Amino acid sequence: MLDRAKKIRVRCTLNGSMVTLDAYPMARLLDVLRDEAGLTGAKEGCGEGECGACCVELDGELVNSCLVPALQAEGATIRTIEGVAKGEKLHAVQQAFITHGGAQCGICTPGMVLAAVNLLKRKPHATETEIREGLSGNLCRCTGYTKIFAAVMASCRDMDRTVEG
Amino acid sequence: MRASLPSYELIAPENLGPALEMLAQAPGVWKPFAGGTDLMVLLEAGKLPHRKFVSIWKLPELRRIEVSPESLAIGALSTYTEIQRNEILQCEFPLLCRAASETGGIATQNRGTLGGNIANASPAADSPPALLVYDAQIELISAKGTRRLPYRDFHTGYKKIQMRDDELIWRIHLSRALKQRKEYYRKVGTRRAQAISKICFAAAASVEKGRINDVKIALGSVAPTVLRATETEKTLYGEKLSSALLKSAQAILVREISPIDDMRSTAVYRRRVAQNLLAEFFDAMSS
Repeated sequence: MLDRAKKIRVRCTLNGSMVTLDAYPMARLLDVLRDEAGLTGAKEGCGEGECGACCVELDGELVNSCLVPALQAEGATIRTIEGVAKGEKLHAVQQAFITHGGAQCGICTPGMVLAAVNLLKRKPHATETEIREGLSGNLCRCTGYTKIFAAVMASCRDMDRTVEG
Repeated sequence: MRASLPSYELIAPENLGPALEMLAQAPGVWKPFAGGTDLMVLLEAGKLPHRKFVSIWKLPELRRIEVSPESLAIGALSTYTEIQRNEILQCEFPLLCRAASETGGIATQNRGTLGGNIANASPAADSPPALLVYDAQIELISAKGTRRLPYRDFHTGYKKIQMRDDELIWRIHLSRALKQRKEYYRKVGTRRAQAISKICFAAAASVEKGRINDVKIALGSVAPTVLRATETEKTLYGEKLSSALLKSAQAILVREISPIDDMRSTAVYRRRVAQNLLAEFFDAMSS
Protein backbone atom coordinates (compact mmCIF):
# COMPACT_ATOMS: atom_id res chain seq x y z
CA MET A 1 0.00 0.00 0.00
CA LEU A 2 1.16 3.50 -0.82
CA ASP A 3 1.80 6.22 1.70
CA ARG A 4 2.16 4.21 4.85
CA ALA A 5 2.85 6.35 7.90
CA LYS A 6 6.09 5.67 9.74
CA LYS A 7 6.41 5.35 13.47
CA ILE A 8 7.48 8.51 15.23
CA ARG A 9 9.42 9.06 18.42
CA VAL A 10 7.20 10.66 21.06
CA ARG A 11 9.20 12.34 23.78
CA CYS A 12 7.27 13.11 26.92
CA THR A 13 7.49 13.22 30.69
CA LEU A 14 5.68 10.20 32.03
CA ASN A 15 5.01 10.05 35.76
CA GLY A 16 8.01 12.29 36.36
CA SER A 17 10.50 10.55 34.03
CA MET A 18 11.56 11.61 30.56
CA VAL A 19 10.72 8.83 28.12
CA THR A 20 10.75 8.27 24.38
CA LEU A 21 8.03 6.05 22.96
CA ASP A 22 7.83 4.70 19.41
CA ALA A 23 4.36 4.85 17.94
CA TYR A 24 2.37 5.49 14.81
CA PRO A 25 1.23 9.11 14.88
CA MET A 26 -2.45 8.16 15.04
CA ALA A 27 -1.96 5.41 17.66
CA ARG A 28 -4.12 5.94 20.70
CA LEU A 29 -2.21 7.25 23.70
CA LEU A 30 -3.98 4.53 25.70
CA ASP A 31 -2.36 1.77 23.63
CA VAL A 32 1.03 3.47 23.67
CA LEU A 33 0.94 3.72 27.45
CA ARG A 34 -0.15 0.13 27.89
CA ASP A 35 1.90 -1.57 25.17
CA GLU A 36 5.01 0.61 24.82
CA ALA A 37 5.38 2.03 28.32
CA GLY A 38 4.02 -1.05 30.09
CA LEU A 39 1.63 1.01 32.18
CA THR A 40 -1.56 -1.03 32.25
CA GLY A 41 -3.39 1.01 34.88
CA ALA A 42 -5.39 2.96 32.32
CA LYS A 43 -8.09 0.63 31.01
CA GLU A 44 -10.08 0.46 27.83
CA GLY A 45 -13.80 0.48 28.52
CA CYS A 46 -15.77 1.89 25.63
CA GLY A 47 -13.02 3.17 23.33
CA GLU A 48 -15.11 6.21 22.44
CA GLY A 49 -14.69 8.73 25.23
CA GLU A 50 -17.84 7.86 27.15
CA CYS A 51 -16.68 5.81 30.13
CA GLY A 52 -13.50 7.42 31.49
CA ALA A 53 -11.71 4.11 32.27
CA CYS A 54 -8.73 5.31 30.21
CA CYS A 55 -8.40 8.72 31.93
CA VAL A 56 -4.91 10.16 32.39
CA GLU A 57 -3.64 13.66 33.03
CA LEU A 58 -2.08 15.36 30.00
CA ASP A 59 -0.33 18.61 30.90
CA GLY A 60 -2.36 18.65 34.10
CA GLU A 61 -5.75 18.24 32.44
CA LEU A 62 -7.87 15.11 32.60
CA VAL A 63 -8.23 13.44 29.19
CA ASN A 64 -9.54 10.20 27.76
CA SER A 65 -6.35 8.58 26.50
CA CYS A 66 -8.33 6.52 23.97
CA LEU A 67 -9.09 9.78 22.11
CA VAL A 68 -5.58 11.27 22.09
CA PRO A 69 -3.38 10.42 19.11
CA ALA A 70 0.25 9.67 20.06
CA LEU A 71 1.55 12.58 18.01
CA GLN A 72 -0.30 15.07 20.23
CA ALA A 73 1.47 13.70 23.31
CA GLU A 74 4.82 14.91 21.97
CA GLY A 75 6.43 17.15 24.59
CA ALA A 76 3.59 16.60 27.06
CA THR A 77 3.68 15.87 30.76
CA ILE A 78 1.59 12.81 31.45
CA ARG A 79 0.46 11.34 34.74
CA THR A 80 -1.21 7.94 34.86
CA ILE A 81 -2.69 6.17 37.85
CA GLU A 82 0.77 4.62 38.43
CA GLY A 83 2.07 8.14 39.16
CA VAL A 84 -0.52 9.10 41.77
CA ALA A 85 0.90 7.41 44.89
CA LYS A 86 4.21 8.72 46.18
CA GLY A 87 6.18 5.49 46.56
CA GLU A 88 4.31 3.42 49.11
CA LYS A 89 2.29 6.37 50.31
CA LEU A 90 -1.16 6.41 48.79
CA HIS A 91 -2.88 9.61 47.74
CA ALA A 92 -5.75 10.63 50.05
CA VAL A 93 -8.24 9.69 47.32
CA GLN A 94 -6.75 6.21 46.92
CA GLN A 95 -6.83 5.63 50.67
CA ALA A 96 -10.44 6.84 50.83
CA PHE A 97 -11.48 4.42 48.08
CA ILE A 98 -10.08 1.58 50.20
CA THR A 99 -11.63 2.84 53.44
CA HIS A 100 -15.08 3.41 51.91
CA GLY A 101 -15.19 0.41 49.58
CA GLY A 102 -15.19 2.60 46.47
CA ALA A 103 -13.98 -0.19 44.17
CA GLN A 104 -15.44 -3.53 43.16
CA CYS A 105 -14.37 -5.05 39.83
CA GLY A 106 -11.72 -2.35 39.48
CA ILE A 107 -11.98 -1.51 35.79
CA CYS A 108 -13.27 2.02 36.36
CA THR A 109 -11.15 2.62 39.45
CA PRO A 110 -7.93 4.03 37.92
CA GLY A 111 -9.91 6.53 35.84
CA MET A 112 -12.27 7.29 38.69
CA VAL A 113 -9.38 7.93 41.10
CA LEU A 114 -7.55 10.13 38.59
CA ALA A 115 -10.73 12.10 37.85
CA ALA A 116 -11.18 12.66 41.59
CA VAL A 117 -7.52 13.59 42.12
CA ASN A 118 -7.72 16.02 39.22
CA LEU A 119 -10.96 17.52 40.57
CA LEU A 120 -9.53 18.03 44.07
CA LYS A 121 -6.44 19.64 42.57
CA ARG A 122 -8.72 22.24 40.93
CA LYS A 123 -11.31 22.37 43.70
CA PRO A 124 -9.86 21.19 47.01
CA HIS A 125 -13.17 21.87 48.78
CA ALA A 126 -15.46 20.52 46.09
CA THR A 127 -19.14 20.37 46.94
CA GLU A 128 -21.20 17.26 46.39
CA THR A 129 -22.57 18.77 43.16
CA GLU A 130 -19.07 19.58 41.95
CA ILE A 131 -17.98 16.03 42.72
CA ARG A 132 -20.94 14.63 40.78
CA GLU A 133 -20.10 16.89 37.82
CA GLY A 134 -16.38 16.14 38.09
CA LEU A 135 -16.97 12.39 37.94
CA SER A 136 -19.84 12.44 35.44
CA GLY A 137 -17.51 11.28 32.65
CA ASN A 138 -16.53 8.15 34.59
CA LEU A 139 -18.93 5.25 34.50
CA CYS A 140 -19.07 2.44 37.07
CA ARG A 141 -21.29 -0.60 36.61
CA CYS A 142 -20.66 -2.15 40.04
CA THR A 143 -20.84 0.22 42.97
CA GLY A 144 -23.91 2.30 42.23
CA TYR A 145 -21.60 5.28 42.83
CA THR A 146 -22.65 5.85 46.45
CA LYS A 147 -19.44 4.52 47.94
CA ILE A 148 -17.36 6.32 45.34
CA PHE A 149 -18.99 9.63 46.28
CA ALA A 150 -18.49 8.82 49.95
CA ALA A 151 -14.80 8.16 49.28
CA VAL A 152 -14.30 11.40 47.35
CA MET A 153 -16.27 13.43 49.91
CA ALA A 154 -14.09 11.93 52.65
CA SER A 155 -10.89 12.64 50.74
CA CYS A 156 -11.95 16.29 50.39
CA ARG A 157 -11.84 16.43 54.18
CA ASP A 158 -8.63 14.38 54.39
CA MET A 159 -6.83 16.52 51.80
CA ASP A 160 -6.57 19.29 54.35
CA ARG A 161 -4.46 17.04 56.53
CA THR A 162 -2.21 15.42 53.90
CA VAL A 163 0.16 16.48 51.19
CA GLU A 164 -1.35 18.15 48.14
CA GLY A 165 -1.89 15.78 45.22
CA MET B 1 -13.34 -3.36 12.77
CA ARG B 2 -10.34 -1.44 14.09
CA ALA B 3 -8.40 0.79 11.77
CA SER B 4 -4.95 -0.04 10.45
CA LEU B 5 -2.75 2.58 12.09
CA PRO B 6 0.05 2.70 9.49
CA SER B 7 -2.46 3.87 6.90
CA TYR B 8 -3.13 7.09 8.81
CA GLU B 9 -0.86 10.09 8.61
CA LEU B 10 -0.94 12.87 11.17
CA ILE B 11 1.47 15.78 10.91
CA ALA B 12 1.76 18.75 13.26
CA PRO B 13 3.06 22.01 11.77
CA GLU B 14 4.26 24.40 14.46
CA ASN B 15 2.44 27.47 13.20
CA LEU B 16 -0.64 28.49 11.31
CA GLY B 17 1.23 29.54 8.12
CA PRO B 18 2.69 26.11 7.30
CA ALA B 19 -0.59 24.43 8.27
CA LEU B 20 -2.51 26.60 5.79
CA GLU B 21 0.15 25.90 3.13
CA MET B 22 -0.37 22.16 3.54
CA LEU B 23 -4.13 22.57 3.16
CA ALA B 24 -3.66 24.85 0.12
CA GLN B 25 -1.11 22.77 -1.80
CA ALA B 26 -3.47 19.92 -2.47
CA PRO B 27 -6.96 20.82 -1.29
CA GLY B 28 -8.85 17.87 0.08
CA VAL B 29 -5.77 15.71 0.55
CA TRP B 30 -5.05 16.96 4.08
CA LYS B 31 -7.82 17.55 6.57
CA PRO B 32 -7.63 19.32 9.91
CA PHE B 33 -7.53 17.35 13.17
CA ALA B 34 -8.09 19.26 16.43
CA GLY B 35 -8.81 17.65 19.82
CA GLY B 36 -9.82 14.30 18.33
CA THR B 37 -12.99 13.77 20.37
CA ASP B 38 -15.00 13.01 17.24
CA LEU B 39 -12.35 11.74 14.81
CA MET B 40 -10.68 9.27 17.20
CA VAL B 41 -14.07 7.65 17.83
CA LEU B 42 -14.49 7.10 14.09
CA LEU B 43 -10.91 5.84 13.82
CA GLU B 44 -11.40 3.23 16.52
CA ALA B 45 -14.65 2.09 14.92
CA GLY B 46 -12.87 1.68 11.57
CA LYS B 47 -15.09 4.42 10.12
CA LEU B 48 -12.59 7.15 9.36
CA PRO B 49 -12.30 7.03 5.56
CA HIS B 50 -9.91 9.97 5.21
CA ARG B 51 -6.26 9.08 5.79
CA LYS B 52 -4.14 12.23 5.96
CA PHE B 53 -4.58 14.76 8.74
CA VAL B 54 -2.93 17.97 9.85
CA SER B 55 -2.88 18.28 13.63
CA ILE B 56 -3.91 21.86 14.41
CA TRP B 57 -4.33 21.24 18.16
CA LYS B 58 -1.32 23.26 19.22
CA LEU B 59 -1.53 26.16 16.78
CA PRO B 60 -1.28 29.18 19.07
CA GLU B 61 -3.01 31.49 16.58
CA LEU B 62 -6.28 29.56 16.94
CA ARG B 63 -6.28 29.34 20.70
CA ARG B 64 -6.88 32.84 22.05
CA ILE B 65 -10.06 34.45 23.29
CA GLU B 66 -9.68 38.13 22.36
CA VAL B 67 -11.80 40.77 24.02
CA SER B 68 -12.65 44.24 22.77
CA PRO B 69 -15.30 46.63 24.14
CA GLU B 70 -17.63 45.72 21.28
CA SER B 71 -17.01 42.03 20.75
CA LEU B 72 -15.34 38.76 21.62
CA ALA B 73 -13.29 36.70 19.18
CA ILE B 74 -13.13 33.09 20.36
CA GLY B 75 -10.29 31.13 18.76
CA ALA B 76 -11.62 27.98 17.10
CA LEU B 77 -9.42 25.75 19.26
CA SER B 78 -10.84 27.08 22.51
CA THR B 79 -11.95 24.03 24.47
CA TYR B 80 -15.25 23.67 26.29
CA THR B 81 -13.24 23.99 29.51
CA GLU B 82 -11.62 27.25 28.39
CA ILE B 83 -15.01 28.62 27.38
CA GLN B 84 -16.47 27.85 30.80
CA ARG B 85 -13.49 29.41 32.57
CA ASN B 86 -13.70 32.73 30.68
CA GLU B 87 -15.33 35.32 32.93
CA ILE B 88 -16.72 37.50 30.17
CA LEU B 89 -18.33 34.52 28.49
CA GLN B 90 -19.76 33.48 31.87
CA CYS B 91 -21.32 36.92 32.40
CA GLU B 92 -22.42 37.90 28.92
CA PHE B 93 -22.87 34.65 27.03
CA PRO B 94 -24.22 32.18 29.59
CA LEU B 95 -25.91 29.98 26.98
CA LEU B 96 -22.55 29.15 25.43
CA CYS B 97 -21.01 28.32 28.82
CA ARG B 98 -24.03 26.20 29.67
CA ALA B 99 -23.71 24.34 26.35
CA ALA B 100 -19.99 23.80 26.99
CA SER B 101 -20.70 22.43 30.48
CA GLU B 102 -23.23 19.95 29.11
CA THR B 103 -20.99 18.57 26.36
CA GLY B 104 -19.54 15.25 27.51
CA GLY B 105 -17.63 14.87 30.77
CA ILE B 106 -14.63 16.85 32.02
CA ALA B 107 -12.15 14.81 29.95
CA THR B 108 -14.10 15.53 26.77
CA GLN B 109 -14.48 19.20 27.67
CA ASN B 110 -10.70 19.44 28.04
CA ARG B 111 -10.16 18.27 24.46
CA GLY B 112 -13.27 19.15 22.50
CA THR B 113 -13.10 22.52 20.74
CA LEU B 114 -15.70 25.07 19.67
CA GLY B 115 -14.36 25.01 16.09
CA GLY B 116 -14.50 21.24 16.06
CA ASN B 117 -18.07 21.26 17.28
CA ILE B 118 -18.97 23.58 14.39
CA ALA B 119 -16.92 21.84 11.68
CA ASN B 120 -18.12 18.38 12.64
CA ALA B 121 -21.52 19.80 11.67
CA SER B 122 -23.68 17.44 13.66
CA PRO B 123 -27.28 18.65 13.94
CA ALA B 124 -27.11 17.37 17.54
CA ALA B 125 -24.11 19.51 18.53
CA ASP B 126 -24.57 21.41 21.80
CA SER B 127 -22.88 24.76 21.23
CA PRO B 128 -24.31 25.78 17.80
CA PRO B 129 -27.82 26.58 19.12
CA ALA B 130 -26.21 29.03 21.56
CA LEU B 131 -24.09 30.55 18.79
CA LEU B 132 -27.18 30.97 16.61
CA VAL B 133 -29.02 32.77 19.39
CA TYR B 134 -26.07 35.13 19.84
CA ASP B 135 -25.96 35.85 16.08
CA ALA B 136 -22.33 34.71 15.95
CA GLN B 137 -20.12 35.45 12.97
CA ILE B 138 -17.62 32.88 11.84
CA GLU B 139 -14.23 33.83 10.41
CA LEU B 140 -12.42 31.41 8.14
CA ILE B 141 -8.77 31.59 7.21
CA SER B 142 -6.77 30.13 4.33
CA ALA B 143 -3.47 30.83 2.60
CA LYS B 144 -5.44 33.25 0.41
CA GLY B 145 -6.78 35.34 3.29
CA THR B 146 -9.75 35.49 5.59
CA ARG B 147 -13.48 35.79 5.17
CA ARG B 148 -16.27 36.30 7.62
CA LEU B 149 -19.87 35.17 7.38
CA PRO B 150 -22.92 34.96 9.63
CA TYR B 151 -22.92 31.63 11.45
CA ARG B 152 -26.59 31.14 10.57
CA ASP B 153 -25.58 30.75 6.90
CA PHE B 154 -22.74 28.33 7.65
CA HIS B 155 -24.67 25.05 7.74
CA THR B 156 -26.25 24.43 4.36
CA GLY B 157 -27.50 20.84 4.74
CA TYR B 158 -26.91 17.68 6.72
CA LYS B 159 -23.18 17.73 7.51
CA LYS B 160 -22.68 20.35 4.78
CA ILE B 161 -20.87 23.57 5.64
CA GLN B 162 -19.72 26.67 3.79
CA MET B 163 -16.02 25.94 4.12
CA ARG B 164 -13.49 25.11 1.42
CA ASP B 165 -10.97 22.30 1.80
CA ASP B 166 -8.13 24.83 2.12
CA GLU B 167 -9.80 26.73 4.95
CA LEU B 168 -9.78 26.49 8.72
CA ILE B 169 -12.21 28.03 11.16
CA TRP B 170 -10.14 30.80 12.71
CA ARG B 171 -12.44 32.40 15.24
CA ILE B 172 -16.01 32.97 16.24
CA HIS B 173 -17.14 36.54 16.84
CA LEU B 174 -19.81 37.48 19.36
CA SER B 175 -21.18 40.99 19.62
CA ARG B 176 -21.33 42.39 23.15
CA ALA B 177 -24.07 44.88 22.26
CA LEU B 178 -26.94 42.73 23.47
CA LYS B 179 -27.42 42.73 27.20
CA GLN B 180 -29.94 42.24 29.98
CA ARG B 181 -31.89 39.53 28.33
CA LYS B 182 -33.88 36.56 29.49
CA GLU B 183 -31.89 33.55 28.41
CA TYR B 184 -32.87 29.91 28.33
CA TYR B 185 -31.00 26.72 27.43
CA ARG B 186 -32.06 23.17 27.85
CA LYS B 187 -30.63 20.00 26.47
CA VAL B 188 -32.86 16.94 26.77
CA GLY B 189 -31.02 13.63 26.63
CA THR B 190 -31.39 10.11 27.95
CA ARG B 191 -29.57 11.11 31.13
CA ARG B 192 -28.44 14.43 32.49
CA ALA B 193 -24.71 13.93 31.97
CA GLN B 194 -22.81 12.70 28.95
CA ALA B 195 -25.74 12.09 26.64
CA ILE B 196 -26.11 13.23 23.05
CA SER B 197 -29.22 15.37 22.83
CA LYS B 198 -32.64 14.15 21.77
CA ILE B 199 -33.44 17.83 21.43
CA CYS B 200 -31.64 21.01 22.42
CA PHE B 201 -33.30 24.43 22.79
CA ALA B 202 -31.52 27.77 23.23
CA ALA B 203 -33.24 31.13 23.32
CA ALA B 204 -32.87 34.72 24.43
CA ALA B 205 -35.33 37.57 24.58
CA SER B 206 -35.56 41.14 25.67
CA VAL B 207 -38.87 41.63 27.47
CA GLU B 208 -40.24 44.94 28.67
CA LYS B 209 -43.48 45.17 30.66
CA GLY B 210 -44.55 41.81 29.36
CA ARG B 211 -43.85 42.69 25.72
CA ILE B 212 -41.26 40.76 23.71
CA ASN B 213 -39.03 43.34 22.02
CA ASP B 214 -36.46 40.99 20.64
CA VAL B 215 -36.27 37.22 20.58
CA LYS B 216 -34.03 34.56 19.15
CA ILE B 217 -34.66 30.83 19.27
CA ALA B 218 -32.46 27.99 18.02
CA LEU B 219 -32.77 24.23 18.24
CA GLY B 220 -30.60 21.18 17.78
CA SER B 221 -31.53 17.58 16.83
CA VAL B 222 -34.80 18.55 15.14
CA ALA B 223 -33.69 19.12 11.53
CA PRO B 224 -30.82 18.22 9.14
CA THR B 225 -28.86 21.15 10.61
CA VAL B 226 -29.02 23.17 13.79
CA LEU B 227 -31.89 25.56 13.21
CA ARG B 228 -32.89 29.16 13.91
CA ALA B 229 -36.65 29.16 14.42
CA THR B 230 -37.22 32.42 12.56
CA GLU B 231 -40.93 31.89 11.86
CA THR B 232 -41.59 31.27 15.53
CA GLU B 233 -39.55 34.35 16.38
CA LYS B 234 -41.70 36.46 14.01
CA THR B 235 -44.84 35.27 15.77
CA LEU B 236 -43.47 36.47 19.09
CA TYR B 237 -41.81 39.67 18.04
CA GLY B 238 -43.51 42.75 19.53
CA GLU B 239 -46.25 40.70 21.17
CA LYS B 240 -47.38 40.60 24.79
CA LEU B 241 -46.72 37.37 26.66
CA SER B 242 -49.91 35.34 27.00
CA SER B 243 -51.06 31.75 26.89
CA ALA B 244 -52.79 32.40 23.57
CA LEU B 245 -49.50 33.65 22.13
CA LEU B 246 -47.72 30.55 23.43
CA LYS B 247 -50.29 28.34 21.77
CA SER B 248 -49.94 29.96 18.37
CA ALA B 249 -46.13 30.02 18.65
CA GLN B 250 -46.12 26.30 19.50
CA ALA B 251 -48.17 25.61 16.38
CA ILE B 252 -45.69 27.53 14.24
CA LEU B 253 -42.66 25.92 15.88
CA VAL B 254 -43.90 22.41 15.28
CA ARG B 255 -44.25 23.20 11.56
CA GLU B 256 -40.84 24.82 11.42
CA ILE B 257 -38.90 21.81 12.68
CA SER B 258 -38.52 18.50 10.83
CA PRO B 259 -37.40 15.91 13.35
CA ILE B 260 -36.90 12.25 12.48
CA ASP B 261 -37.01 8.91 14.26
CA ASP B 262 -33.48 7.75 15.05
CA MET B 263 -31.57 5.71 17.64
CA ARG B 264 -31.91 8.47 20.25
CA SER B 265 -35.54 9.45 19.99
CA THR B 266 -38.64 9.73 17.81
CA ALA B 267 -40.07 12.54 15.72
CA VAL B 268 -43.28 12.52 17.78
CA TYR B 269 -41.38 12.92 21.05
CA ARG B 270 -39.18 15.66 19.65
CA ARG B 271 -42.16 17.66 18.36
CA ARG B 272 -43.88 17.41 21.71
CA VAL B 273 -40.78 18.32 23.73
CA ALA B 274 -39.94 21.25 21.41
CA GLN B 275 -43.34 22.71 22.29
CA ASN B 276 -42.85 22.01 25.98
CA LEU B 277 -39.47 23.71 25.95
CA LEU B 278 -41.01 26.74 24.26
CA ALA B 279 -43.48 26.83 27.16
CA GLU B 280 -40.57 26.71 29.62
CA PHE B 281 -38.93 29.56 27.74
CA PHE B 282 -42.18 31.53 28.13
CA ASP B 283 -41.95 30.91 31.89
CA ALA B 284 -38.38 32.23 31.81
CA MET B 285 -39.49 35.32 29.88
CA SER B 286 -42.30 35.93 32.36
CA SER B 287 -40.13 35.65 35.46
